[in-house]
Amino acid sequence: MSLPPLPDSAITVGAHAADWREAVELAGQALARSGATEQGYAQRMIQVIEEFGAYIVIAPGLALAHARPGPDVNADGLSVVTLDEPVVFGHPHNDPVSVVLGLAVSTPEAHVTSVAELANVFNDPEAIPALAAATDVADVQRILTLSEEASR
Amino acid sequence: MKIVAICGVGVGTSGILKVNAERVLDRLGIDADVTASDAAHIAEAAADAQVVLTSPELVDRIGRTNADVIVVENYFDLDELERKLDEALG
Repeated sequence: MSLPPLPDSAITVGAHAADWREAVELAGQALARSGATEQGYAQRMIQVIEEFGAYIVIAPGLALAHARPGPDVNADGLSVVTLDEPVVFGHPHNDPVSVVLGLAVSTPEAHVTSVAELANVFNDPEAIPALAAATDVADVQRILTLSEEASR
Repeated sequence: MKIVAICGVGVGTSGILKVNAERVLDRLGIDADVTASDAAHIAEAAADAQVVLTSPELVDRIGRTNADVIVVENYFDLDELERKLDEALG
């Protein structure tokens, strides 16, 4: 198992978002920039939160934005956006959010293997604060890769 | 024993919940089949499950079920999951 691809182009460090919509939009832009999705995917990730609420804030400070597979998904992919100021998503326990992951999967089955790998990274309680404090793209790559390797 | 992890669209967060639940069940020595499902299929997925795992935001959508509903706050906190699963199953 390995994480969905995370090219440097899919990482944005220290971005500013006025609210959760802008934060998810940034994660969508990063996915589109890397080629994993088309631009419209960001809007679909926002719709999931509008429909189901802020359940995607799955741990303190971390949102895992995603939508169903669709024609706007070109390939499985991950994006990482860190925020200069945390934003509130409306989760009863895990707000505010300073790290937004964008996830795109091309088939419903893909998540079972590759998304599960995210658990290996983030089961380390240091991973989210470390990502939030990352100062550049290399930092982000290091945190995700090292945690992943350490769990093997 | 059947356990269902529920998320909004069945892609992503329920996968994480499933993997971590399997780890904790392994720790607890409990043999169970953990599946991931989405909010649209809650009724059928929960029908023959003993335990439903989900987020505080989705719990209201589950409706009537005989299953124990476990609300998970931090999907990456294995201790929280272990404590809650142990309470429900132990």
